[in-house]
Amino acid sequence: MKLVVVSAGLSVPSSTRLLADRLAGAVGARTPVDVQVVELRDLAVEIAHHFTNGFPGRGLAAALDAVGAADGLIVVTPVFSASYSGLFKSFFDVLDRDALTGKPVLIAATGGSARHSLVLEHALRPLFAHLRAVVVPTAVYAASEDWGAEGLPERIERAAGELAALMGGLSAVRVRQPVKDAFDVVPFAEQLAALRPAG
Amino acid sequence: MQFGIFTVGDVTPDPTTGRTPSERERIKAMVAIALKAEEVGLDVFATGEHHNPPFVPSSPTTMLGYVAARTEKLILSTSTTLITTNDPVKIAEDFAMLQHLADGRVDLMMGRGNTGPVYPWFGQDIRQGINLAVENYALLRRLWREDVVDWEGKFRSPLQGFTSTPRPLDDVPPFVWHGSIRSPEIAEQAAYYGDGFFHNNIFWPADHTKRMVELYRSRYAHYGHGTPEQAIVGLGGQVFMRKNSQDAVREFRPYFDNAPVYGHGPSLEDFTEQTPLTVGTPEQVVEKTLAFREYAGDYQRQLFLLDHAGLPLKTVLEQIDLLGEEVVPVLRKEFAAGRPAEVPEAPTHQSLLAAARKETVA
Repeated sequence: MKLVVVSAGLSVPSSTRLLADRLAGAVGARTPVDVQVVELRDLAVEIAHHFTNGFPGRGLAAALDAVGAADGLIVVTPVFSASYSGLFKSFFDVLDRDALTGKPVLIAATGGSARHSLVLEHALRPLFAHLRAVVVPTAVYAASEDWGAEGLPERIERAAGELAALMGGLSAVRVRQPVKDAFDVVPFAEQLAALRPAG
Repeated sequence: MQFGIFTVGDVTPDPTTGRTPSERERIKAMVAIALKAEEVGLDVFATGEHHNPPFVPSSPTTMLGYVAARTEKLILSTSTTLITTNDPVKIAEDFAMLQHLADGRVDLMMGRGNTGPVYPWFGQDIRQGINLAVENYALLRRLWREDVVDWEGKFRSPLQGFTSTPRPLDDVPPFVWHGSIRSPEIAEQAAYYGDGFFHNNIFWPADHTKRMVELYRSRYAHYGHGTPEQAIVGLGGQVFMRKNSQDAVREFRPYFDNAPVYGHGPSLEDFTEQTPLTVGTPEQVVEKTLAFREYAGDYQRQLFLLDHAGLPLKTVLEQIDLLGEEVVPVLRKEFAAGRPAEVPEAPTHQSLLAAARKETVA
């Protein structure tokens, strides 16, 4: 199964990426996955240009394709101004609107203190619900202090277990919709017939 | 192969002087551009249609009728005619009228328009864009081909015993192109009817244009109009030329950087690399334009966008001179070389009339 990790950390090294890697490792320990990491920092300029040009550059196109083809996602953002970062939101703004439908997603965030942890429930969960993703019940928040305290590893394990189970379960039962090619067409006669008045 | 110019008709301040032309100046400039196109031996002039500032061409057949009176050979076309928000009855009448006045030098390109508020301003809903294009065009075709039409549809009030006047010149409706950047439904529509398909080509990478054109070509063959290679394809292009490549880049950069569509976005260098935009010498324009054939196949119509982003009329007319003197003659020769005999020219009134007569005799 393909697991894609989207990390919106900006510094190098980044605690956002650190959390992302811990989560990906915990999922990988439960079920065999191919992990691909999408670092949004590397795509920041291409994302901005997608808004102004109307089409993605090569690196961004590859990242969007990877997300679309994933069996599950881990998405991690730093908290900026009481919400996800603008870069994080921008990436999901340029993603095809059906790309996440039915896909299991683990949401996670990092911040300087624990006071912003509900960003996960009040900002990220509604965003991914809107995108029709299946968001795992446990969301993982890591404040600076959590890296030296108890509790974070357990939350990582619980969330990773939920994601692994959903990926396995959903990939087994989910009716695999063939990826709709942007160039698929409805035969014209059908299109025309659908407009004919009834009777 | 046909070569020509398409204009959006934007009124944009010249970023190098800050001066904004009046609407009258811009409209007269569009006419001067059309006349220049004929003077230097281009084949087509196409005007956009818009119903919001900063654009002036809300009434294409008025402008094209005026241009028709002052030209002899130029084919008058649109880029595009809004099949979604215009009443198809009025399109049928306006363009048939223009055909008579212009002695058949008329075709048109259908487009949907992507300015949200224009739809409600004309009593329509943008979410129905594709359906409007499908239904309205189906009606338009009947109005041009049947003397008396009874009709009922979803979007327009029904017609009983309606005759659109004047009838098309020689009973030959104008040739229709369908323009779309990213809607496969429109490529499918063009293929279904055996109409032309035009890809604007200038804002997106070549790979995207290639896939849209391939889709149209394969569906054209599917509907039995000919081989994929015989489908009627038109492409846009966007150029700025000077004798010296560096001069072209230096002069065009402020217009690019402040242009209404892509200004303040990508760099001129990135956009030139990723899209068909060419800023350089006439030879560079020839080279890049010839390469369109590599992804679109042998095609029928090449239109260039030259007059936008506040470029002064004098500069635009110089560009048309360069096109006519140094670019198009070479392109005609090079595109003709190696072009398979079975690839047709773009239909004209004369060729459609000849085909109709042949059918009547047979």
